[in-house]
Amino acid sequence: MSPHDTNVAALEPSIPLIAPGHTYTTISDKVAGIVVTEPQPKSWKFGILIGAIGVMILNTAVIYLFYKGIGIWGVNIPVGWGWAIINFVWWIGIGHAGTLISAILLLLNQQWRTSINRFAEAMTIFAVMCAGMFPILHLGRPWVFYFILPYPGTLTMWPNFRSPLLWDVFAVSTYATVSLLFWYVGLIPDFATLRDKARNKVGQWAYGFFALGWRGSARHWFRYETASLILAGLATPLVVSVHSIVSLDFSVGIIPGWHTTIFPPYFVAGAIYSGFAMVLTLTIPVRKIYALEDFITQRHLDVMAKVMLATGLIVGYGYIMEAFYAWYSANPYEKFMIYNRMTGPYWPAYWALVLCNIVTPQFLWIHWVRNNPIVLFIISIIVNIGMWLERYVIVVTSLHADFLPSSWGSSVSWRNLRPRKTSSWPRKKSMTRATSRSMRLRLFPWTVSRKRLGSRRPDFL
Amino acid sequence: MDGLAEAIGFKKTRLPLIILCGGLTGACTAFGFQYWASAVYYPYNIGGRPFFSWPAFIPITFELTVLFASFAAVFGMILLNGLPKPYHPVFNSERFAKHATSDGFFLSVETSDPKFDMETTCALLSGLGATHVEAVAQ
Repeated sequence: MSPHDTNVAALEPSIPLIAPGHTYTTISDKVAGIVVTEPQPKSWKFGILIGAIGVMILNTAVIYLFYKGIGIWGVNIPVGWGWAIINFVWWIGIGHAGTLISAILLLLNQQWRTSINRFAEAMTIFAVMCAGMFPILHLGRPWVFYFILPYPGTLTMWPNFRSPLLWDVFAVSTYATVSLLFWYVGLIPDFATLRDKARNKVGQWAYGFFALGWRGSARHWFRYETASLILAGLATPLVVSVHSIVSLDFSVGIIPGWHTTIFPPYFVAGAIYSGFAMVLTLTIPVRKIYALEDFITQRHLDVMAKVMLATGLIVGYGYIMEAFYAWYSANPYEKFMIYNRMTGPYWPAYWALVLCNIVTPQFLWIHWVRNNPIVLFIISIIVNIGMWLERYVIVVTSLHADFLPSSWGSSVSWRNLRPRKTSSWPRKKSMTRATSRSMRLRLFPWTVSRKRLGSRRPDFL
Repeated sequence: MDGLAEAIGFKKTRLPLIILCGGLTGACTAFGFQYWASAVYYPYNIGGRPFFSWPAFIPITFELTVLFASFAAVFGMILLNGLPKPYHPVFNSERFAKHATSDGFFLSVETSDPKFDMETTCALLSGLGATHVEAVAQ
């Protein structure tokens, strides 16, 4: 048998990770062909168009934010953390699945990861970039964000190394750098393949530049495998540390609802949960558009759905434990927090989150659901929404009513749907007001005024 | 190919040692700097904690350990492999450029090898069942 028709699928006949009939040649041709030879499908242009529109909306929002200040989100005291922090935690959590697939599953020798790992790593890098943007947008004076970095300045002061917010800066920037390195190392041999397959000079030159002259020598591969394995070993505790540190941003604070020891593991599980949901959200259309069903098989989707189910159960356990601790602690503030979270003004957010994150994934017990890409896609979207709501609930409901009714308030965003005196939105015509008021009454009846909230005393305080 | 490097007698690399050194450098840099900045250069009372509150320095120490070790891993691998090396004589072979990075396996014998002899080496390779043998210009 000549090396040219070695059947890859035949190496492990019992595990159909790659559809039968493929050889090294067909796999390379198909995968590299998407990049260098095949014309891009129309849906690719459509996808880029949607992305571009999204980016323009973001740009507009950011310009308005810089012009007006973060009051446009309705953040104020007591709810000083709003959209930006919620989005930050959401995005960074999404990134974690990429690292999990590329690092932890490499260490566990899970063969199925190879079809999706590069893809998931790319998702990680973009997710971390999105995440990194939000803490800076959240700063009142974003142009002096570098104050948090330890640089020798004229103040002769260093940042507070005891603060989790500073740990976060180090954790996220390390995570971004290591993810980029890991991604690039994984790509070097692929760049070499693309260099050899590229049809024009620009492609050959550009891919050749990044391939660094890789020629696939056995010695090179040996060092390469060693480096990849050790990088995976480094990235695994890193990814756990990053989201643990993110959770410490909350749990080091003494606010009821934040100050619990379950936060680090519960956040890490939530991160992996949302990350796998996002991998599915992205994989299912790409697999369809580029006809990659032979390489990203039903089995991959099935395995990812199972991981999502498992981490979803851990997250559900986290919610139950939060409520249990609040009760078992016999601390009136903790008890009020969970009571208020479930029945207070933000109850729809809490129960929507339970619906999205605990109830929905239970469908993944069914084999038929795990093998139906469309249903799986819908579930992954619901989980993404649920995980965003989780951060919303943690940030907002914990802050809006803490120890003393005198420091209670309502927030962030629901209220912004209508113009109000204290809001930075300009008052619009009465038409707008009437519309938004009826919207508030019909769609968001839980929005309560500060006065009503103040009078709402829990019985057990 | 699994085990190919071992088969040609290439069993050890200094790479893990380099990565260990990178990691230790990161750990010492981070911990030392935090100690120096918080307890020596500008001691500052934050919440009544001791100036040398070492447990609070651990997260950043860990992050920089991983960061430095990863840099050591990537750049160590690239440099030990003698990359970047945009030109190598094997690229002159058309078959190599076409197949090496996708679906072929090649054995390259360099002229600097003490046992190299154009005719006997070619004969040996053909005798071992090579599909194609060619001489590559320097």
